Amino acid sequence: MTAHVITSPRFKENAHEAMLSPPLQKAMGNVERNFIERRAQAAANLPEFEALRDAARDIKTHTLKHLDLYLEAYERKVTEAGGHVHWAADADAANKIVLDICRKAGARTVTKGKSMISEEIGLNGFLEANGVTPVETDLGEYIIQLRGEAPSHIIAPAVHVNKEEVEAEFRRVHTHLDPKRDLSEPTSLLAEARGELRQKFLAADVGITGANFLIAETGTSVIVTNEGNGDLTQILPRVHVVIASLEKITPTLEDASQILRVLARSATGQEMSVYTTFSTGPRRPGDPDGPEEYHVVLLDNGRSAMLGTEFEDMLRCIRCGACMNHCPVYHAIGGHAYGWVYPGPMGAVLTPTLIGVEKGGHLPNASTFCGRCESVCPMRIPLPKLMRHWREREFERHLTPPTARWSLKTWAFFATRPRLYRLATRVAMGTLGMLGRGSGRFRSLPLASGWTKYRDMPAPQGSTFQAEWAKRRRAA
Amino acid sequence: MTPTGTGPRVALFVTCLVDLYRPTVGWAAVKLLEDAGCTVEVPAAQTCCGQPAYNSGDKADAKAIAEGVIRAFEGYDFVVAPSGSCAGMIKAHYGELFQDDPNWSPRADALSAKTFELVSFLTDVLGVSAVDARHSGTVTYHDSCSGLRELGIKAQPRALLATVDGLSLRDLPDAEVCCGFGGTFCVKYGEISDKIVSKKTANVALSGADTLLAGDLGCLLNMAGKLKRQGSAVEVRHVAEVLAGMADGPAIGEARKGGKTVA
Repeated sequence: MTAHVITSPRFKENAHEAMLSPPLQKAMGNVERNFIERRAQAAANLPEFEALRDAARDIKTHTLKHLDLYLEAYERKVTEAGGHVHWAADADAANKIVLDICRKAGARTVTKGKSMISEEIGLNGFLEANGVTPVETDLGEYIIQLRGEAPSHIIAPAVHVNKEEVEAEFRRVHTHLDPKRDLSEPTSLLAEARGELRQKFLAADVGITGANFLIAETGTSVIVTNEGNGDLTQILPRVHVVIASLEKITPTLEDASQILRVLARSATGQEMSVYTTFSTGPRRPGDPDGPEEYHVVLLDNGRSAMLGTEFEDMLRCIRCGACMNHCPVYHAIGGHAYGWVYPGPMGAVLTPTLIGVEKGGHLPNASTFCGRCESVCPMRIPLPKLMRHWREREFERHLTPPTARWSLKTWAFFATRPRLYRLATRVAMGTLGMLGRGSGRFRSLPLASGWTKYRDMPAPQGSTFQAEWAKRRRAA
Repeated sequence: MTPTGTGPRVALFVTCLVDLYRPTVGWAAVKLLEDAGCTVEVPAAQTCCGQPAYNSGDKADAKAIAEGVIRAFEGYDFVVAPSGSCAGMIKAHYGELFQDDPNWSPRADALSAKTFELVSFLTDVLGVSAVDARHSGTVTYHDSCSGLRELGIKAQPRALLATVDGLSLRDLPDAEVCCGFGGTFCVKYGEISDKIVSKKTANVALSGADTLLAGDLGCLLNMAGKLKRQGSAVEVRHVAEVLAGMADGPAIGEARKGGKTVA
């Protein structure tokens, strides 16, 4: 296995199971409260927050318009600093490049900082299959790696896992430790993970990180973390590999600084993450630390094909997770139900571009279009509009379920013929109103079981407003 | 009775749900507009704003329906709908729907510019600051998503409700969170919709109000349907009914006087 198994076509079944899981529901309750309150507070504390969102959007929009120029400039700067840039068209190419670097370095173990691109390309599975052991060093990623899972949230990958489950996992895997040790507190779990990982940091031959920004002006990669694991991953091993997708490019340090001001506030409600680390090339003579080799694997994997299309806006995404933190559907079902790597509203837009709308088609449909995601997106990505574009593409390609299509067409037939519509609706509502007059509602209705399975169907009042209005006009 | 206002000529876009389900809301809108001095007309050639087709990816049918709306409504001073969702469709989405159509685009934009949701039209355009109505009881208000986020409707209904005699307004926890309706979403993903609306009804109970109000009939049918299924005694109404003093008939999903309580 080289990549996460795609279960997006089973979205409804996934969601059903998720809604029946009390631990997951409890975890989602925490997301619903904590992330939202903290972001709201952070935004309220910064008077220029909304203006910064505009600036951040404009920086990325500008960058995407000139992406080729900035990518070339970035590559030049990385090379000047003594680093290597590798271009990867797709997941396979990226995996092979990383494996090749590992083999040349004679690596048996690689440490990894948190990277969604690594999840997207299935890097861990690929390395394992080729005799290289990857070790995730972000606590959440470490936990889900032990559990063999995909992340359920893009910044809090193990948000679905509760403390007791972490303890059970640590006891299962860390068998060399005292079985009687006390792991009842989160701090003891953290300490144990730290102890385990410390040895891995020292033993690793290659360190792999993602990047929150790639700065064209300087050839610098930037990571933001809260645990410091990213720094140890990229400084201690002899070789540092950065894997990032094309749209991480930002023109200048100043631009990155502006976007950083909305990133952590939108994500966790922090003003800044605990660590913001800038890496430019390998260790220079006289540097106290740093890797001997510095590689950047630049992944396309469908991004360039999004440029110039209605999905280009999605390339502004900085992976803060605010959209899913504020999504009522995500709160109801959690991240795994989406069936692949990227959940929530950003996943609903991005996933179909990466795995195909045939497999990911449920995702952009499973939204109420409440618009809360767009209202908090620091990059002002019109997420509902982009989901709607997927629905349009599905409709054009006749991927929309036949019953839905038929219902729409029938509705549209009447809605474009007002006289016929008035006649038909008068009869229909008169009948329904008569049938429902006793109780005022229906517990079940033919053709409306999708509604009445979960809620009563209120009965209509019986006449239509248009009929009543016409009567008033005649009486006048 | 003929329209009597001396103010602007307002075309009521009654919306398909109000037309078919709850004419009372349409009459409440007419009363509120006429009380504010408008001449209200109801163009006969109206059906639906096209949103179900638009949000289902059926752009061709959405356009065909929208063209009918534009033709029927463009001759008036204002277009007003007792719904943030339908007004939002015309105001925020018609422009995009016709952006590549040089013939329809200016007409769509012109219609968008003069289309408003009922309550915000009363307060923001007509400057209405109080209504002449009485309603005894405690009410709470749910912010429907389109009205809130596309049209900025939040303070307006609460401001007018505060002027209703005898009414006490309670905060609804998470009032800005979606009720799970989402148009066709509520049947396509019924189980998820149910989970979301169940959180809403729990919050309604926490509010302690005896009446739940909102400005969109879709959300109201969803919330009323769930409350009634759960056996809740909370009454559910469109905010216009209360503002117009027309909340004396059966609430949404309630039996008419003398009817049975369960089918």
